[in-house]
Amino acid sequence: MKILVCISHVPDTTSKINFTEGDTKFDTNGVQFVINPNDEFGLTRAMWFKEKQGASVDVVNVGGPETEPTLRKALAIGADGAIRVNIAATDGFAVAKQLAKVVQDGGYDLVIAGRESIDYNGGMVPGMLAGLLKANFVNNCISLEVEGTNATAAREIDGGKETVSTSLPLVIGGQKGLVEESDLRIPNMRGIMMARQKPLNVLEPIDASAETESVKFEKPAPKGAVKLVDADNVEELVNLLHNEAKVI
Amino acid sequence: MSVLVYTESEQGKFKKTALEVASYAKAVADQMGTTVTAITINAEDTSVLGNHGVDKVLKVNNSQLESFNANGYANVIAQAAAKEESKVVIVSSSADCKYLAPLLAIDLNAGFASNVVEAPSSISPFTVKRTAFTNKAFNMTSINTDVKLVAVSKNAFGVKENSGSATAEDFSPSIPELGVKVESVDKVTGKVTIADAEIVVSGGRGLKGPENWGMVEELASVLGAATACSKPVSDLGWRPHSEHVGQTGKPVASNLYIAIGISGAIQHLAGINASKVKVVINTDPEAPFFKAADYGIVGDAFEVVPKLIEKLKAFKAQQ
Repeated sequence: MKILVCISHVPDTTSKINFTEGDTKFDTNGVQFVINPNDEFGLTRAMWFKEKQGASVDVVNVGGPETEPTLRKALAIGADGAIRVNIAATDGFAVAKQLAKVVQDGGYDLVIAGRESIDYNGGMVPGMLAGLLKANFVNNCISLEVEGTNATAAREIDGGKETVSTSLPLVIGGQKGLVEESDLRIPNMRGIMMARQKPLNVLEPIDASAETESVKFEKPAPKGAVKLVDADNVEELVNLLHNEAKVI
Repeated sequence: MSVLVYTESEQGKFKKTALEVASYAKAVADQMGTTVTAITINAEDTSVLGNHGVDKVLKVNNSQLESFNANGYANVIAQAAAKEESKVVIVSSSADCKYLAPLLAIDLNAGFASNVVEAPSSISPFTVKRTAFTNKAFNMTSINTDVKLVAVSKNAFGVKENSGSATAEDFSPSIPELGVKVESVDKVTGKVTIADAEIVVSGGRGLKGPENWGMVEELASVLGAATACSKPVSDLGWRPHSEHVGQTGKPVASNLYIAIGISGAIQHLAGINASKVKVVINTDPEAPFFKAADYGIVGDAFEVVPKLIEKLKAFKAQQ
């Protein structure tokens, strides 16, 4: 089985969110970038398929050279090879088009992406990729088993989970649950050394224009200070929630 | 040319999000000078949609679509959009709609904006405001394709009344190859779920152990709320994973979020900050949650929460 794991290069959750160039660009100054958490769960599940079922695992990112350290980290975690499509990610559709070409040319059976990236939160790429490839698609995927060309997956639904059967080729929108937080791997020295020797292929993009355009960013209005209620006067909280906030 | 809106139902009944997206579709249609058509899949009585701006309902009843299937539902909605020659298609941000919307975008050749919180600021170019960076910013996005797909955030635009009535007609689309088959559903019944809840009561590690959740459950039951928990609590196995809210868990966009014994790690706040009013109860006045909350009590949850339950019961009895 050939697995492709899509890796988004995203600002760490604790990053300060600021914008430059008249609020049109995200300010990357001083920002630490990481593998998108939802993708990391999928990458770790892919390592299980590699180790237990002999799958090959490549990782891919659509982006400029600045994303390569994130791909190298994925190689250090254990991916066999990396691909970078050399074009800035504009919108979900443009990224999905580039990825579809990579999947078709590489003959991948299973594509694991994250349910959403933690920067733009679009939640578009996995589904659009499945749509473009006419592959099966499971979103919010919290468990995945593959036997031959048959797959069994669980998807998180409101108030529980749903177990589904499907078949390869398959695209997954993954999240926590594919593996647990405690299963995530921190690259060790050997992994980091080996990652330097592994292939990182830079592909030139195909012609795929975006369908949407980011016009401008805004930050929410600053929040007022918390209103503290004395622990001995809990009734006051009830009054505030009823009369002021009007939520009960 | 109608604006098409997919109004989801569960066991035949519309959810609040369906009425919210219908209200949103009405606002878009008014801006465009057109009407609203809703598509329903295995819904029963559709008359309520007329009260929220829908002019016409296309009713699909098909046993093959009894279980949700993203590909099947997306394909059917695309056929409805073609029939209505819709240029704008609206869906919600429920888990099911997040699943089907990107497939629908491909079916429609539509540019897609998700997590949209306001009616379009302009129709030409079609520009909407969406959340980004997990609610830490907004992004104005324009959609440049002929057909546009918009997914509206939960509890952002709100449900609006529009007295009117909707005509209903049966619609029998072709059903595509479904590809994914539901084998079993494991779902808590008889409890308010986090996605549907107006109020969410959430507990953190400050509650010291799963045996102490009785008061969280009781507070939730007094308020008609869903229960939730922080990541450490689900990682420790004190509560089921399905209750984990935060960046890697479920998103919350309720009217009221009550955090008990949760310090407010940035990953937690990222998942819940779309809630309108946030209350924190924590012994530590330095806990980061106090910076994010609207109301706070510095105190021991084991003393404060029972008192709060008592006062809320008295308040509810008066109502």
